[in-house]
Amino acid sequence: MLILPELNIFLFSILLLFISISKVKENILTYAKLLSVLAFLVSLLSITENGELFSGAYRIDLFSQVFKMLIMAGFCLVILMFKNKREIEEGFLPEYFMFLGFSALGLMMLVSSVELISIVLSLEISSYSLYVILPIRNAQTKIQIEASMKYLFFGAVSTGIMLFGMGYLYGIAHSTFLSDIVLVLPEFLSQPIGIIALVFTLTGFFFKLSLFPMHFWSPDIYEGASNNTTAFIGTLPKIAAAALLIRITMLAFPGSMQLINILIILAALSMTFGNLVGLVQKDIKRLLAYSGIAHAGYLMMGILALSKDGNAAAVYYMTIYLFMNLACFYVVILISKTGENVKIDDLAGLSKRSPLLALLLAVSAFSLAGIPPTGGFTGKLFLFTGAFEAGHLPIVLIGAVNTVISIFFYLNLVRMGYSKDVAVAEPIKLATHEKVLCYLFIFLIIYMGIMPSGLFEVFKASI
Amino acid sequence: MGCESLKAMEQLLIMNPLNFPILSTTIFLPLIGAMLILLMRNEKAIKVTGLITGIITFVVSMLIYFNFKTDTYHFQFGEHIPWIPAYNINYTLGIDGITIFLILLTTLFAPICILCSWTSIKERFKEFLFCILAMETAMIGVFCSLDFILFYIFWEAMLIPMYLLIAVWGGPRKDYASIKFFIYTLFGSVFLLVAIISMYLTNGTFSILSAMYKDYGMTFQIWVFLAFAIAFAIKVPMFPFHTWLPAAHTEAPTAGSVFLASVLLKMGAYGFLRFCLPVAPKASIYFAPLMIILSVIGIIYGGFVCLSQTDMKKLIAYSSVAHMGFITLGIFTFTLFGLEGAMLQMLNHGITTGALFLCVGIIYERTHSREIYDNAGLGKIMPIYVGFFGFFSLSAFAFPGTNNFVGEIYVLIGTFSQHKTAGFFAVVGAVLAAAYMLRLLKQIIWGRVDKRVIADMKIREIIYMIPLMLLVLWMGIFPRPFVAVMEKSLSFLMTQMRTYY
Repeated sequence: MLILPELNIFLFSILLLFISISKVKENILTYAKLLSVLAFLVSLLSITENGELFSGAYRIDLFSQVFKMLIMAGFCLVILMFKNKREIEEGFLPEYFMFLGFSALGLMMLVSSVELISIVLSLEISSYSLYVILPIRNAQTKIQIEASMKYLFFGAVSTGIMLFGMGYLYGIAHSTFLSDIVLVLPEFLSQPIGIIALVFTLTGFFFKLSLFPMHFWSPDIYEGASNNTTAFIGTLPKIAAAALLIRITMLAFPGSMQLINILIILAALSMTFGNLVGLVQKDIKRLLAYSGIAHAGYLMMGILALSKDGNAAAVYYMTIYLFMNLACFYVVILISKTGENVKIDDLAGLSKRSPLLALLLAVSAFSLAGIPPTGGFTGKLFLFTGAFEAGHLPIVLIGAVNTVISIFFYLNLVRMGYSKDVAVAEPIKLATHEKVLCYLFIFLIIYMGIMPSGLFEVFKASI
Repeated sequence: MGCESLKAMEQLLIMNPLNFPILSTTIFLPLIGAMLILLMRNEKAIKVTGLITGIITFVVSMLIYFNFKTDTYHFQFGEHIPWIPAYNINYTLGIDGITIFLILLTTLFAPICILCSWTSIKERFKEFLFCILAMETAMIGVFCSLDFILFYIFWEAMLIPMYLLIAVWGGPRKDYASIKFFIYTLFGSVFLLVAIISMYLTNGTFSILSAMYKDYGMTFQIWVFLAFAIAFAIKVPMFPFHTWLPAAHTEAPTAGSVFLASVLLKMGAYGFLRFCLPVAPKASIYFAPLMIILSVIGIIYGGFVCLSQTDMKKLIAYSSVAHMGFITLGIFTFTLFGLEGAMLQMLNHGITTGALFLCVGIIYERTHSREIYDNAGLGKIMPIYVGFFGFFSLSAFAFPGTNNFVGEIYVLIGTFSQHKTAGFFAVVGAVLAAAYMLRLLKQIIWGRVDKRVIADMKIREIIYMIPLMLLVLWMGIFPRPFVAVMEKSLSFLMTQMRTYY
C-alpha cells in the first residue's frame, strides 16, 4: 500500500471529525494521542515503500518516506505534548486535532510531490488547515487573531511569489514535472530567468522555513498561536520545506554559482539576524522564533553545498531540530498553567520547581546552541563539514561566529532555570507519561549526538 | 579508514597490551559513578559513592602509570573503534609521555575536590558531585583522545559542568562570571572546530595521528595555527585573552577553582604541544616571537596585578596568568629544556595552585571572606593551616627544593639559550612572584591580631593536603622520574619538528 501513511492520517482526521459530533467527545485527548502514535508506527512501517502514482506526479521513495516518518514523529510528539484543554477554545478540540492532522497530511503529500501543481496543492492543504486553527486559542489578548491574519497574508503573498516562479519554470521546461525541469534548468541557470524562476519558486519554502527575508511572520505567529500550535508550526512545515528545498535545489545541480551565492547570502543574513534579534527577546516563544530563523540559516549551509553529504547533513539537522525544538516547547507547555505565553523570567527557579524540566530545558538549549555531546553539535558538525567540503569557508566562519552569539541567549535559558532562585518555588507536578516524554526527549537529543551513524547512513541513502 | 591513517596509526600507536580497555575504563568510571549518584537519595551515600568513584578512578589511572613504557615515544594503551564511518570518525584513544601525568593530575584532584566540598557545599550536593564527576570524565577524555572529533566533544562537553559549577554554586557575581567563561572559551572553540574540519578535508580523516608530522603548505599551516592558537590561548589563558579567568576563578566554588587551575588551564598548553607544534611546525616557528612576547607580558603583567590584589582568590587567579606564561614561554623556545620545563610547570602549577585554592577554600568556609585583611593574623590561631599555606606559597614562587623551582629553572635554561631578553624578563617575573606571595604570606600570618576563634584544619582537610605536599617535595628534590617519563615523547616531538623546519 503505497500511500498508507497518508491514508492513515486522513482517516485519523475524519475519525476525529466524527468524534466531534458523537457522544464520546470527553475522551478526545486520549483517542487523539493513541491515534497519533498509531499514525507514526504506520509511517515507520512503510518506510521501504517504493513507487509512483498519478502519472509520476507523486513519488514514493526512501527520501519521501523518511520525511513522512519525520513529519509523523513530529506530529505524534506534538499531540502527545498536548496538556491543557483550556488552551483551546471550548468545543473546538476535535476540530483542532482534525485540522492538525490535515495539515500534517498536506505536508506528507508535499514531500512526495514531484510535480509543480501537486506541490502547490499539498502546500496549500497544509497551510489552509493552519490558517483555520491559528485563531482557535483561549487567550485574553486576542493576539491570536492578529497572528492568524499575518500568517494568512504573508502565506498568500509567498504562495503568489512561488506561483510566479513556477510559471517561469513551466515556461522554461514546458512541463510541470520536476523530472523534465531538471533536464533544461542547469543551462538556464546562467541566465536571469533561470535564477528568478528557481529563487521565486523556493520563496514559498523559505516562508515555511522562516528563512530571511521571508521570516517576518514567525515571531508574531509564535507569540500569538497557542503553545501546541506553535510547536507544530515551528517544526513540521520546516521539515517538509527542507525536503522540498533539497528536491528543488538539486535541480540546479551541478551547481550555478549565482544560485549558490544567493543562498549563501540568505543563509548568512538569516542566522545573523535571527541570533542578534534573539538576544533581546523576553518571551520564550518569540525567542524560539528567532532561533528558528537562525536555524533556517544553518540548515541552508547543508543545502547550498549541493552535495549528497550536505543534503544528508541538512536532513540530519532538521531531525535533531525537530526534537530539540519540540523539547523546548514541551517545557513551555508544561510550565504554562492555562496555556498562556511563558516569559524567560518565568523560568526562574525552575530547577527547584522541577529538576527534570530544568534538565530538559538545559539539554535542549545546549543542543540548540550546538554544544557537544548533544545532537545539535553533531548536526552542526555535519553541516559545517558539508559546506566546507563544497568550498564555502566564509559561510562556515559566519556560522561559527553565530554559534557564539547564540550561546548567549540559550545559556540565558539555562541560567534562569538553574541559578536564579525565586522566593516561593511552587513545584511543578509531572504525570508519569509526561516524565516519560521528557526522558524520551533527553535520550533522543543525546543519542543523536553520540550515535549519529545509523540515522545519518539512512538519510544519506535516501538522498 | 584511509590507508594513510592506518599507516600513521601503526607507526605511532601501540595497541592496548592489557586485557581490558584501561583508558576507556578510566574515562567512563567517573561518569558511571555520576549516573549511580543520580539514582540515590541518601545524602551520606551520595557523598561516599562520589568519593569512592574518585578514588577507584585514581587507582585505575595508577595502573596506567605502572604499565607505562618510558622507553618509547609511541602512544600506548591504544583503543580503536570505528564510530561514524561516513566521516571517518573513530573512537581512538592512546596516551604518551605528554599526557600521562595530566591524566594522573586529573584523577588525583577529583577525589580532593570532592573532599574539599564535603561541608562547604550546602545545597544540591548530588548535582554538584554529578558535575564534578562528569567533568572528570570529559577531562580525562580530552587527554586520551586521538581523534579530533572525540577530542572536541570532550573539550566542549567539559564546559557544561564547569558552567553549572560556577553558575549554581558560585559566588555573588556568578552569572557574569559563568557566562563570560562560557562565551570566551566557546569563541575559541568554534575556530578550533573550523581548523579541525579543514584538517579533515586535507587528510580525509579526523585521526590526530595521521594529521601530525606532515608537510603542509605554509599558508595552510598559518591559518590552522591561528585557529588552534586562538582556542588554546583563551584556555591557557595567555595575555590578552585572560580576562575571563579572574572572574571565573573568583566566583567558582573551591572545587571549581581547583579543577580550573589544576586541569582546565593545562588543556590549553596541552593543545599547543599536541596540535600546534606537530601539525604546524613552520607556522609555530613563524609565530614563536609573538607567542614569547605574549607569554612574557603575561608573566610580568600577572605579577604586577597580583601585587595590588586584596582578594586572596583573585591574587592566586592572577598568579596563574603569570605561571601559565612560563609554560607557554617554555613551549615556544622549542628546546628540550623548555619543553620539559613547560611540562613540569604544567604539573607544578596544577599541584601548587590547586593546593593554594584549597587553602583559600578552607579559610573561606570558616570566615566567609576572601579579603586578605579579614583573614590577617592567622599565625597564632591556625598554626597547621598557616604551615600548609606557607609551604605552598614557597612552592608558588619557586623556592629551591620545591617543584616550581625545578620547572622554572628548566624553562629559564631553555629560554636563555634562545632568547636572552625574554629570559631576563621572565626572571623579573619570578622575582615579582616572590614579592606578591611573600606579601600575602606576611599578611596572613602576622597581620592584624585579635581574639577570634577559628577552628584549625580538620583531619579530612589535612588528609587531602598531604599528598600534594609530598608531590611538591618529591618533584622539587628528585624530579628525574617525572622527566624520564615525558622525555622520549618530547624529544620525538623536537626531532619531528626539526624535520619539517
